[in-house]
Amino acid sequence: MKNLTKAAPEAIRPPSMVDGNEAVASIAYRLSEVIAIYPITPASPMGELSDAWAAEGRPNVWDAIPDVVEMQSEAGAAGAVHGALQAGALATSFTASQGLLLMLPNMYKIAGELTPFVLHVSARTIATHALSIFGDHSDVMAARGTGFALLASASVQEAQDLALVSHMATLESRIPFLHFFDGFRTSHEVNRLETVTDDELRGLINPQRIEQHRQRALTPDRPLIRGTAQNPDAFFQAREASNPFYDACPRIVQQAMDRLAALSGRSYHLFDYHGHPEAERAIVLMGSAAETARETVAHLTASGERVGLLQVRLLRPFSSSDFAAALPPSVRKLAVLDRTKEPGAPADPLLQDVLTALDATGRRTASGQPIELVGGRYGLASKEFNPACVKAVFDQLAAEQSRPRFTVGIVDDVSRLSLEVDRDYDIEPPGRVRALFYGLGSDGTVSANKNSIKIIGEQTGRHAQGYFVYDSKKAGAVTISHLRFGDEPIHSTYLIGRASFVACHQWDFLDRFDVAERAEQGATLLLNSPHTADQVWDHLPRELQASILEKQLKVHVVNADRVARECGLGGRINTVMQTCFFALADVMPVEDAIEQIKLAIEKSYGRRGPELVARNHRAVEQALASLAQVRPPAQVTSQRRRPPVVSHQAPDFVQKITAVLLAGKGDLLPVSAFPVDGSWPVGTSQWEKRNIAAEIPLWDEKVCIQCNQCALVCPHAAIRTKVYETETLGGAPASFQSTEYKAPELKGLAYTVQVAPEDCTGCALCVEICPAKDRSNPRHKAIDMEPQAPVREREREKYDFFLGLPELDRARVTRLDAKGSQLLQPLFEYSGACAGCGETPYVKLLTQLFGDRLLIANATGCSSIYGGNLPTTPFTTNDQGRGPAWANSLFEDNAEFGLGFRLAVDSLRREAESLLRRLEPELDWQAIVSADQSEESEVMAQRERIVVLRELLPRIDRPAARRLEVIADYLVRKSVWLVGGDGWAYDIGYGGLDHVLALRRDVNVLVLDTQVYSNTGGQQSKATPLGAAAKFAITGKETPQKDLGMEAMSYGHVFVAQVAFGADMNQAVRALREAEAHRGPSLVIAYSPCVAHGYDLRYGGEHQKLLVQSGLWPLYRFDPRRFDQGEPPLVLDSKRPRGRVEQLLRQEARFRMVERLDPKRFDGFVKQSQRIADQRRAIYEQLAGIAVPVADAEAEVPQ
Amino acid sequence: MNLTCSYLGLELPHPFVVGASPMVDDLDVVRRLEDAGAAAIVVRSLFEEQVHHDELAAAAAIDGPAHAFAEATTYLPEPMVRGADDYLELIAGLRRSVDIPLIASLNGVHGGRWLDYADDLMTAGADALELNLYHLPTDWRESGSAIEDRLLSMVSGLKARVSAKVAVKLSPAYTSLPHFARGLVDAGADALVLFNRFYQADIDPENLDVVRRLELSTSSELLLRLRWLAVISAQLKTPLAVTGGVHTGIDAIKAVMAGASVVQVVSVLLKRGPEFLATLRSELEGWLEEYGYASLEEMRGSMNLSRCPDPSAFERANYMEILRSWRGL
Repeated sequence: MKNLTKAAPEAIRPPSMVDGNEAVASIAYRLSEVIAIYPITPASPMGELSDAWAAEGRPNVWDAIPDVVEMQSEAGAAGAVHGALQAGALATSFTASQGLLLMLPNMYKIAGELTPFVLHVSARTIATHALSIFGDHSDVMAARGTGFALLASASVQEAQDLALVSHMATLESRIPFLHFFDGFRTSHEVNRLETVTDDELRGLINPQRIEQHRQRALTPDRPLIRGTAQNPDAFFQAREASNPFYDACPRIVQQAMDRLAALSGRSYHLFDYHGHPEAERAIVLMGSAAETARETVAHLTASGERVGLLQVRLLRPFSSSDFAAALPPSVRKLAVLDRTKEPGAPADPLLQDVLTALDATGRRTASGQPIELVGGRYGLASKEFNPACVKAVFDQLAAEQSRPRFTVGIVDDVSRLSLEVDRDYDIEPPGRVRALFYGLGSDGTVSANKNSIKIIGEQTGRHAQGYFVYDSKKAGAVTISHLRFGDEPIHSTYLIGRASFVACHQWDFLDRFDVAERAEQGATLLLNSPHTADQVWDHLPRELQASILEKQLKVHVVNADRVARECGLGGRINTVMQTCFFALADVMPVEDAIEQIKLAIEKSYGRRGPELVARNHRAVEQALASLAQVRPPAQVTSQRRRPPVVSHQAPDFVQKITAVLLAGKGDLLPVSAFPVDGSWPVGTSQWEKRNIAAEIPLWDEKVCIQCNQCALVCPHAAIRTKVYETETLGGAPASFQSTEYKAPELKGLAYTVQVAPEDCTGCALCVEICPAKDRSNPRHKAIDMEPQAPVREREREKYDFFLGLPELDRARVTRLDAKGSQLLQPLFEYSGACAGCGETPYVKLLTQLFGDRLLIANATGCSSIYGGNLPTTPFTTNDQGRGPAWANSLFEDNAEFGLGFRLAVDSLRREAESLLRRLEPELDWQAIVSADQSEESEVMAQRERIVVLRELLPRIDRPAARRLEVIADYLVRKSVWLVGGDGWAYDIGYGGLDHVLALRRDVNVLVLDTQVYSNTGGQQSKATPLGAAAKFAITGKETPQKDLGMEAMSYGHVFVAQVAFGADMNQAVRALREAEAHRGPSLVIAYSPCVAHGYDLRYGGEHQKLLVQSGLWPLYRFDPRRFDQGEPPLVLDSKRPRGRVEQLLRQEARFRMVERLDPKRFDGFVKQSQRIADQRRAIYEQLAGIAVPVADAEAEVPQ
Repeated sequence: MNLTCSYLGLELPHPFVVGASPMVDDLDVVRRLEDAGAAAIVVRSLFEEQVHHDELAAAAAIDGPAHAFAEATTYLPEPMVRGADDYLELIAGLRRSVDIPLIASLNGVHGGRWLDYADDLMTAGADALELNLYHLPTDWRESGSAIEDRLLSMVSGLKARVSAKVAVKLSPAYTSLPHFARGLVDAGADALVLFNRFYQADIDPENLDVVRRLELSTSSELLLRLRWLAVISAQLKTPLAVTGGVHTGIDAIKAVMAGASVVQVVSVLLKRGPEFLATLRSELEGWLEEYGYASLEEMRGSMNLSRCPDPSAFERANYMEILRSWRGL
């Protein structure tokens, strides 16, 4: 237990409720001079906090403001800290997962040079068969060989304390430290933290060691040389020379722990044993699971079981003697649990360490027998590890024959490694409040809950814990908050299994989730309901009624939507629900709570302004008046059941696997349910009907001018256009709308615009872009937003019929402009992208233009998340079963990865051609091999030739024919696209992109340029424009964005285009088509509106127009083919700027923030931006007017 | 010539006050206005809509997408200052730059916390406040008296909150302007400003859009104001300011004769430059001298409803006479 009386007087201070990232950053920031970082989930907040503190001028403990710099990659960040350390600064960095892998080379160097340094890692899974942002130790384990000390924290408090121990010990030992704590479970858990003051920090760091670090610095005043190259005569011995430092390190770490304990009363050891002093069975593990294991051990010990936990803190250097000493002599059986997987290894790494340690120390049981040692794997990618899992491991150890290797927390019906887990096992103390909140990201539930934790933890002296589970979709994202409150410290590092309080903040969730599933007997259920307490019962689904009666839930309703609306808060119901929670949960007197909520509102929203504060205060005041208890009848009355998760028409895989994942029950799926190599079927998003739009667009065929712009801009392919034969209308629903299509080339056909009512996100981008107004009532357009619920059924029926209408023969779309493109089937639909996303319209367009022959290499980022995040994915197939083949490799390697696609496709095509030639005289191969295939019609002709070829091949009895059968389809030209965001193209992947463009291979690059790291939350990239506020550029970025297009043009052979669909759709379509037709590398830089810009994205089209008019985003196409005609290669597609920079900047919060902060600085940015826009324009105009010598074909380098 | 007048507790050397306009955004222009002898400057309005809109837009942009996705708890850095501080900074900047009185302006028709800014404005350096009751009734459900009650309670609410002198700027569209004016005075208004000018909505017939425009005023707009100055000044002792349509010294004389204490000018200065203030003043002074007035005060209200020779000219008969004169043409 913590003993505050031991602490220095100033240590008695109110605890702080923070998450693990903040706890760690607070130490690292205050003990560093240089911080070089690169954003990566879940470590990004540590860098962001550091940057924000530096921007506020907060000093470190030596009264200097740390220099925080964002690099182009983690490799860059590691290089920068390495340099800073060599040159004598105290440096730190934060990372995780792939980021840590990119740092490895420098880490070997830093350690080899015995350099004091701490790298804080929120441990996260390394991508293998799939990427996962969640926590395990696979990244840290990959760093075992670097020579870094590895120190593990298990909780928010430990993360702070051991961060400090790391900084102390690295200076003492000269061994660099990797301090780690579990991603999300610790990095994002909010818990009570006893903080450390600056004075205490100063007292714990030995200034002499800092001096010695300075003395070792590289300086021309005392020059020496490091980083030499050594030969066989020297390297080995020199490598061994550092051994004494590693030998000394464990003692130094313990001394640092002891000094912290003396100050704070919080005691840590290299290995900490918890449990029965004479335990026979023990578990060894590290990280956040130790908290759960410790809690479970305490529970089991109390009931007389002789069990224990040996918690590993210092993994490297591994002190075998300390390990053996910490283990009670009574232990006979030991289970070592690894949160990582080393396929093919004789044992996972921690188990190997323990095996070696036992062997090295000769440690046996009291009776001299070998300790029985088993190894288990658990918790990969934040898989739940709860007391039931711990119990299962102990049960396993109690068995006569323990399994030598097992997994726990999953059902493995393939290798049969998994342990049986009693899912009902629960040890949470009854007095503890365990609250679950189902909310929307956009309704403010999570931020209100974070406030509640702060209120309770900081004002009542009670303990509190919060953990938040997020959606895999960005639009309409659901959040589930797990909050615990109690009088004792809360070590439960697992999700709430039995809740004493459940709140459902959105009425429609009742049809989507079993919100009462985790409610315990007699729990309180709070519903945000449009129905009053008297009426609500009849509106509940049957399953929920049954649960309420069976569990005797105390049900309360509040019409939070109405209260929030009346208080002018729109859909932000958080303060209303928060007030009701305090009124019902009995954690503190409700009057006090209201006062504290109001203070919290002032703190949270004060910076936005007093009106928002006043409105929220009003909502708090009015909340309780609307709160009422429901008196349920004695039996279930509802006939309405919760609708099935997916339609019964869905394919088997979707029914059996996807639907389970969608229902939030994926944990129950056994190993055999999953693909073995990460390959998943496509076209699954169509089965996930989310109904997240309050309003959807409805079409009026009488007003429509058939421009198809609505369909083009739709980020979710949720409004579509189709042209079809009138006779196919038979059997149409009565309400189905159809009109004559007005294009002369498709005369006599019918036309429909149809919304997908359950897939639309309600962003209204289509309605804003729609140019067709009703002349007698211009407010009415060809599409208007209307409430979804009343028309859902009708529109669903219409949409189903619409989908069933045959697709137009692509050959009939002779004018393939913006309008024509929307008559082609999108093969990218209903993605999880944000409502109003500016990236997805381009991706969708790509699939419309080239989808049936498209390979996409997708860099990690937003597009890989909405493109490939389970449970459902958006890429799909046409009726011939063809569609985009998509893969994500990494963030940094996408250009190279995509180039690999091209190399393979070309290699297979060449082989097919060679086989064809070999099959002469049976086959006439000339037509196939010489087919041009630059245009769609030629590709279709080639497909027909291949059909004929495939018919002929079986009749030829030659091995070459058999081989050709396998690869004949490669004779049809494939379209290879390298897709990614600006973070990839401008920063982390730039080197590779540049190299791939420098080759003359036929790859196409689509940069979805949001001008900021979108997926990780708005950090600046080199695409961020001058003057925009972004993370790591809080006061506005001081340099203009890199002109990536100009750099690519400098090669001369690269097709380059800059587009913005909202400004000129036809130009965007033309650019993509020309890029694809160009038989060399192409680069299309596509402006993409993003939530990180700070405006309502329904106006994304208008913003793009203004952007292009301002000159900040010129539209152009640079086509090397024009050199051949003696024409200037560049065609400028946008007009001269019309001086609208200021108007544009004022409309986006990212720029307005700077104006708020410093109007003069903003004015300066406006003037400078205008000048840069004008200058760039002038350069482009010259490029567009240059005279070039006509190319001499003879002199061309053959391709 | 004694041109002094008192207005909102300020002793002004002459009646020409620069009305609310964007001129205050340029400190050079402000200094030129001071050099040209401006008696005071009304700082352009802080619009209620602007304050609320900025706050709510920032909240929507920053808080809307936040805390919804595991990889990004937020998408924008947290701004360090709140909504309307740029306006406070504007007042403070003007205060540092010029010595003439500054009248800060608040613009709104709904109560609410935005009125809290009144305190901040005074702290930032304003000498008095002008509350612009910019209101266009469009909802049939709200009666004239309900609207008036709401506006009156805003005034009394503001007066209860600040000790500063407050002028209330009105539109002419009230069923009984004198009655409402009296109500405002009872609610605590220290002066009335006649009248605000609405942005005009125009129609773009080609694109079926409504476009907003603000035309500069002309002298012809003064006539409406003269009438109401004459009517109100005859019944209320509260100082009145005229704004809208004063373009010459003679215009100012007419306004003072109708009862104005203060003459706000904007359009003419935008057209002719800040220095024209000096011309207006000398025109006024010259006219007074030419016609033998001892002070400006002497003519104030001389042509109002209770003192002018033919009050019916300001009343309905005015209309009939014009009709008659037309018939005679």
